[in-house]
Amino acid sequence: MHMADALISPAVGGTLWVVTAGLMAWCARKVKQTRDDRLIPMMGVLGAFIFTAQMLNFSIPVTGSSGHLGGGLILAVLLGPYAAFLVMASVLTVQALFFADGGLLALGCNIFNLGFFPVFMAYPLIYKFIAGKERASTRATVAALAAGIIGLQLGALGVVLETGMSGISELPFKAFVLVMQPIHLAIGIVEGLATAAVVAFVARARPEVLQVDADLRAASAPAGGMKCTDRARRSRSTMGLLIAATILGGMASWFASTRPDGLEWSIAKVTGKAVAESGSWPEVSASTSSAGLLGGLLTLGLIILFGFALKRYRKGVLS
Amino acid sequence: MPSGMAQYREVGRLDELARLDSPVHRLDARAQVLTTMVFIIVVMSYSRYEVSGLMPLFLYPVALIAAGKLPGGVLLRKLAVVAPFAVFVGIFNPLLDRHVVATVGSFLVSGGWLSFASIMARFVLTVSAALILVSCTGIHRLCAGLERLGMPRVFAVQLLFLYRYFFVIGDEGLRMRRSVEIRSAGSALGFAVYRPLIGNLLLRAMDRAQRIYRAMVARGFDGEIRMLNRMTWGWRETGFVLGWAAFFLVARGWNLAEGIGAQLTGRGL
Repeated sequence: MHMADALISPAVGGTLWVVTAGLMAWCARKVKQTRDDRLIPMMGVLGAFIFTAQMLNFSIPVTGSSGHLGGGLILAVLLGPYAAFLVMASVLTVQALFFADGGLLALGCNIFNLGFFPVFMAYPLIYKFIAGKERASTRATVAALAAGIIGLQLGALGVVLETGMSGISELPFKAFVLVMQPIHLAIGIVEGLATAAVVAFVARARPEVLQVDADLRAASAPAGGMKCTDRARRSRSTMGLLIAATILGGMASWFASTRPDGLEWSIAKVTGKAVAESGSWPEVSASTSSAGLLGGLLTLGLIILFGFALKRYRKGVLS
Repeated sequence: MPSGMAQYREVGRLDELARLDSPVHRLDARAQVLTTMVFIIVVMSYSRYEVSGLMPLFLYPVALIAAGKLPGGVLLRKLAVVAPFAVFVGIFNPLLDRHVVATVGSFLVSGGWLSFASIMARFVLTVSAALILVSCTGIHRLCAGLERLGMPRVFAVQLLFLYRYFFVIGDEGLRMRRSVEIRSAGSALGFAVYRPLIGNLLLRAMDRAQRIYRAMVARGFDGEIRMLNRMTWGWRETGFVLGWAAFFLVARGWNLAEGIGAQLTGRGL
């Protein structure tokens, strides 16, 4: 469910970049406040663990397919939401850079869909609410299952909304939802069960390991009770602001996709003419389209020739 | 996304490319990050039916691959691996949008095929730009550059740690998988085996984090990560960013490819 740059508009991508950058700065501050130095290597190594866990698949009976651990939820259980969000963001960044899995401008969308929803929605509101302090009981399994499903459903809905607002794919909202949600229901069940199984295993084998989150919370809590509520209030209001920004950004980009966007508007201002984008159909006449085709192919051919020439020239210079 | 072994090898491959020496590799990472971002935003800003207007922008990846001495085949293979997602979402356009918008000879071109071609062109441009960015900078210079551009220090350090331990924990995971494969005679991994396997991997990873932490403390770690930055922004960087940005904006403002075509077909614009 990693989104590519090719399918989103700059308005949607840019808005979610800003929202995600804000969330990351907030989480970075929170992590710094914990003043627990152990967290730095732990975050790095657990990020690498998530990568490795995604390489190990288990077979799902009957269906013939296989599943693996997704990441967001188990990171939140192990590290708490703030550090987990940063780790998830780093995993997605490396995926975008090294595997071309999800685009660079779409990175904001991807971190939001796969990081924000499981870590800041599913974990505190569902997992912690149902599981409480338990980690190895049926209740913990139910909690992980519910959190896994809801996190992925929200993430999938995010993908559909962001794609729809961008207006580049023709996929109708309803059809896309009907494809995405059931697929991610299955993925969510797998994610929830795998998370529950791993957490339960660790809780039985080495219960003290799961204390990291609790310790960090204790370490991050300031001494005075007053300050604590103050901080909680402030972080809640930051959260509110971010959600409002998301909604507003979403609405703005909805308009942006039906009207000329900022860049186009500014180019029209600069060049004194509107760039051809009118209504839902482009007005392309036969003559300009054949000129476009010929010119396009020719340009591409020239560029590739230029590339080969440059490469040969450089080789000549070196040898 | 490639899985298992293939995925694992590919990561190291890009970092190897980053260790090449070329005029592009010698540029400050910040210049490359900024140019890549401008490029991607310009590519994304085109209207959904634009195809010919996008063609001149191929100059950027082609020129960088040539000047940066990058192997085009490796990058193309990576593109092909991730292409299915863009194809999957884009392929509905020709099915849903059958309005004829152009004729080429006796062929009728529907809006859907035009926007599908546009999606694929954007896909190739944006993904190759991202891959070229990493191949010309590598994770260390890239993180240092991003940090200088305002990325939180904690996140820069996280990226570097993740990248460093990706290979270590990855090795551990692959050894585990190999040992399971040898003993299970090729049958798929069941959930009953998966659970202790991945649980143990997690425990080992966390133990390793503890050891790393102790090693860091022994070497004087005081909670603050100091990064070695030897970055210099000179006229070459300014020229690189401004030159490319100017080209992108000219290509965005005027359809250069259509201009050439119009001249050749003698119709004028």
